Amino acid sequence: MASLVAKATGRETAPGLGNIAFVGVLIVAAAVIFAGTRWFGNDYAFFAAYVVVQYIVLGTAWNILGGYTGYVNFGVTAFFAIGAYSSVVLYKLTPWLPLPAMIVVGGVLAALVGLGTGYLTLRLRGVFFSIATLALAVVVQTLITNWDFVGGARGAYVLRPKLAPLIGGAYIEYLFLVMLGLCVVALATARAIERSALGFGFAAIRDDEAAAEASGVPTLKLKLIATALSGGFMGMAGAPLPYYVTYLDPTSGFSLNYAVNAIAMPLIGGTSSWLGPVVGAVLVGGLQEYLRVTISSAINVLVAGVLMVVFVIVAPQGIVGLFQRKKR
Amino acid sequence: MDASADLLINAIVSGLLLGGFYAAVSIGVAIAFGMLDIVNIAHPAVILLGSYVAYIGNTVFGIDPILSAVILLPAFYALGVAAYQIYYVAFERRDDQSLRGLSFFFGILFIAEVGLILGFGVDYRSVQAWYTQGNLNLFVIELPWRLLVPFLLGLAMVVALQVFLSRTFVGRAIQAVAQDQGALRLMAANPAKIKRIAFGLSFATAAIAGAALIIIQPVEPSIGREYIGRIFAICVLGGLGSFPGMVIAAVTLGIVESLTATFFGPSWAPAVSFGVLLVTLAVRPNGILGR
Repeated sequence: MASLVAKATGRETAPGLGNIAFVGVLIVAAAVIFAGTRWFGNDYAFFAAYVVVQYIVLGTAWNILGGYTGYVNFGVTAFFAIGAYSSVVLYKLTPWLPLPAMIVVGGVLAALVGLGTGYLTLRLRGVFFSIATLALAVVVQTLITNWDFVGGARGAYVLRPKLAPLIGGAYIEYLFLVMLGLCVVALATARAIERSALGFGFAAIRDDEAAAEASGVPTLKLKLIATALSGGFMGMAGAPLPYYVTYLDPTSGFSLNYAVNAIAMPLIGGTSSWLGPVVGAVLVGGLQEYLRVTISSAINVLVAGVLMVVFVIVAPQGIVGLFQRKKR
Repeated sequence: MDASADLLINAIVSGLLLGGFYAAVSIGVAIAFGMLDIVNIAHPAVILLGSYVAYIGNTVFGIDPILSAVILLPAFYALGVAAYQIYYVAFERRDDQSLRGLSFFFGILFIAEVGLILGFGVDYRSVQAWYTQGNLNLFVIELPWRLLVPFLLGLAMVVALQVFLSRTFVGRAIQAVAQDQGALRLMAANPAKIKRIAFGLSFATAAIAGAALIIIQPVEPSIGREYIGRIFAICVLGGLGSFPGMVIAAVTLGIVESLTATFFGPSWAPAVSFGVLLVTLAVRPNGILGR
């Protein structure tokens, strides 16, 4: 009966776990991963795992706009660096502020920038938004380079506390734990969107925006929500960066690697679901860490670019898409 | 004449010259984006490739940078044809240009940049020719040869392409593709074939633009990114696909950037193009001479 009602109203109950159960599963998974990394008993494991989890967050953030609505954001570095530099500012003004609070501030700032850029360009064809975000990365970098308070072109030093608060151990363990928490929030948000009316609206925009608009979908509003959410998560992913690298300058903070990885990982994993960015980030991020240790760091940045080009040509649905096709 | 007026005139003149050069770097995108609707954001990487080709020709073989660009025009044309073929098969035929087509060019941009870093390192490279130093003095105005030559080169290229597009059969066919592909198909012509030629031309302009770039300033692999905002700001402001509009936009941006660099410092100049781009998109997305 329930399914009949659902069919009649056009909204079938989404299969699988409910949202709260899913969050529970994610938390358990994160706890297992954290315990496993701690069992490994090596700081390097934390540094490497942090990068992979950071890319899961970045890839998921990009996918909320890129994969769900089809609007390509090339300015990942701009949002990421806004988060990172807002932490630098807070570190200088209010060093006592806990890291999670800094993450929230960085996320809000990046979301506002996303909202502004989106408001100006999202009414036009999608390519104009993409080009504007590409230029946004350059202009934010110019602003930061000219801003002496955060070190300008010379860069800024951030002293990492010796010990982690709450959990004890090295500070990198705390950073990793915070990033894992952020990852849980990002994935839960992405999956909740997929299963909600918001997600159906996004998909309608992606498949045929004119038709969506004509059937009463408030396209501009939905696109702005997606841009703000996506930019906000990118900013949040960037906020702990100064503590991770301890020295942040515009050239490394605005490195094109972040943008390429954040776009490549969802495209390689598959853009249609929350699982795609996770698969892409774990595979590509893991491969990069492996190559950096075994061959050289110059090769490892090429990997994401080359894989992305190969995947968009050969397997446009990504790895997740390859498996789904078999299932059907 | 007092010093600041002198400074102002020189800033405007060098901005004007810079504008001619900007027209040279933008014309490839004006063809690809404006006429063929292919958003080739990797164009600056192709231009940089042209710069490095000119650099090799100049330092290894001692050839004039412009001459080496002209020699390699056919190679760049062929590269463009090949790139379009991949794009056509993988994205255009599948009607999947927006998300994956854009990401494709973004990937190419990144691969080219890292490839150049691996090949040449991150040092600045420059060329030597008679026009890389010295000025042409006209009363109070100093015209540096290294700005004047790219300016003339850019204008010559725009005029030549305009004549080609409006006078020759192939040129008119390209304009027909820009206007209405469906109608072209009804005439039993193959739009893909014509677009291939036009995209080859777009890459060929990058060879010349690359030589002009390395004459104006020393280059390093990541410099191409600065030009993305500039190029697209010029193309959008000029009204997509209109050459006269593009030249006006290029000169305007050149002058505004030059004034910004003179009065606020050169580190602010890259922000100008983004401002121009955003304002244009928000206020007049069809550009100043838009259709």
